[in-house]
Amino acid sequence: MDYVMECKNVTYRYPLSEVPAIQNLNIQIERGKFYGIIGENGSGKTTFCALLRGFIPSFYKGELEGEVLVEGKSTTDWGGELAAKIGYVFQNPFTQISGVKDTVYEEVAYGLENFGLPVEEIDERVIAVMKMTDIEALALKNPFDLSGGQMQRVALASVIVLEPDILVIDEPTSQLDPEGTESVFAIIRALKERHKTIILVEHKIDLIAEYADEVVAFKGGEIIALGDKCEILSEMSLAEQGVALPQVAILGCRLRERGLLIGAIPVTEKQAVEQIVAALEGRDGR
Amino acid sequence: MRDLRLQDVSFSYPGGYLAVEDANICIRGGENVAIVGQNGAGKTTTVKMMNGLLKPTKGEVLIGDMNSKDYTTAQISRIVGYVFQNPDDQIFHSTVESEVRFGPKMMKLDPEEEDERVNQALKITGMDEFRKENPFNLPLSTRKFVTIAAVIAMGTDILIFDEPTAGQDVAGNERLSRILKILGEEGKTVITISHDMEFVAANFQKVIVMAKKRVIKNGTPKEIFWDFECLEKAMLKQPYVSRVCRELKLTGEIICIDEAITAIMGR
Repeated sequence: MDYVMECKNVTYRYPLSEVPAIQNLNIQIERGKFYGIIGENGSGKTTFCALLRGFIPSFYKGELEGEVLVEGKSTTDWGGELAAKIGYVFQNPFTQISGVKDTVYEEVAYGLENFGLPVEEIDERVIAVMKMTDIEALALKNPFDLSGGQMQRVALASVIVLEPDILVIDEPTSQLDPEGTESVFAIIRALKERHKTIILVEHKIDLIAEYADEVVAFKGGEIIALGDKCEILSEMSLAEQGVALPQVAILGCRLRERGLLIGAIPVTEKQAVEQIVAALEGRDGR
Repeated sequence: MRDLRLQDVSFSYPGGYLAVEDANICIRGGENVAIVGQNGAGKTTTVKMMNGLLKPTKGEVLIGDMNSKDYTTAQISRIVGYVFQNPDDQIFHSTVESEVRFGPKMMKLDPEEEDERVNQALKITGMDEFRKENPFNLPLSTRKFVTIAAVIAMGTDILIFDEPTAGQDVAGNERLSRILKILGEEGKTVITISHDMEFVAANFQKVIVMAKKRVIKNGTPKEIFWDFECLEKAMLKQPYVSRVCRELKLTGEIICIDEAITAIMGR
């Protein structure tokens, strides 16, 4: 199996904190897959992201045990090159926007300038990414004059433009409307088709069910479920642990309790329609 | 109970950007209303006019018989409380308790009532356990509840929550539902902006839809979520359960799981 990242027995405690934020973490991330990271607030999702990107231990001190490997090499041995390998989109877009550029265009171009690319190539890539993320109309605006939702899209664009192999994205849609949210997921799907590995923290579980391959559920700093999205998101016992489950999975499960013979618990809208139609036909002897 | 009315209201920001155009809204005292629509549709501008933070550039905003033009924002904020979209625009105290106490203190209530208000607001929002914490050490989703508590403690008849569901987990959404229920039982008018259609379908009596700076419809959640023309105009989605029921050609404008189960089992 081709693992692009791996956590081995990782336990981490933030400075001044008594409880570890992450405990006994073991996970192997397969190349080219889309992982949805779920679980209640404070369960360790963002800390997990910071570990993968090497912000822990390079920026956040504290106590770290175990090791995090990217392409087989410890994040502590990667140095600055990890920034080109892993694109990281922060939860709060204010953290992402550099503050040194006056326009959205320059903000998106900033990373490529630092890579020292020719101006023509920078221009081409920035324009393509602004189009993809639907921020062309904002090109000449100051990034700090934007709404929360617009700023989230600029932050995403400024990372995508660098074409990293791995993207770690922390709640990119929290301030977006339904249409904007779907378009972000569509962008992420397009990145996956270009063989990027995606790690996405997201509360909108119905969209994770639709788009992700694998799901990792956190609780109290530990992974409590990990695997194929259909298996994990149909596991009703996770709801008791604060994990959100898709509406259609809850519907399927409740129908089954009422005696309707639903085959597999659905996690997507399409599966739900198919399963319910089949179960009704079975019941009516058709 | 005061009704809240917007009559032919428009608003342009300094510099000329028109954010809201000819909005007509009537919210009865004690109603629990959601405002939905795309980013940039004018939702936040509209609610900021309801509590006097912004004054309309055309038309009238009436809170009961008060015209917002004749009163200061400070006067209106005794009647209409507003919880900002970004909690960090609002928080400035170093403990949760002092943040929540600030409003009642400014109102110069007697100390007992001040305590009562603060304790009650902390309890309703589940922030009691964080009383002594610095709000800025709490996660964003929790800080949002601190700002909700601070506004509840003001004891206003009308409360406005700007995107409280953003970034909330299951427990956070359940906590919000409980808060809405308690405020409803107290007879408060609550106006909530949200992008979470499941949450809107489950928690509100009335929904106002905004698109391209205008109010395009108001009605019950059932009326809104089965009006496909309206949803398309506002670029909104049906709740997932409704989408499945639509595919199954079930009638009854279903918007929640319980209704869906009854309809499916009865087929």
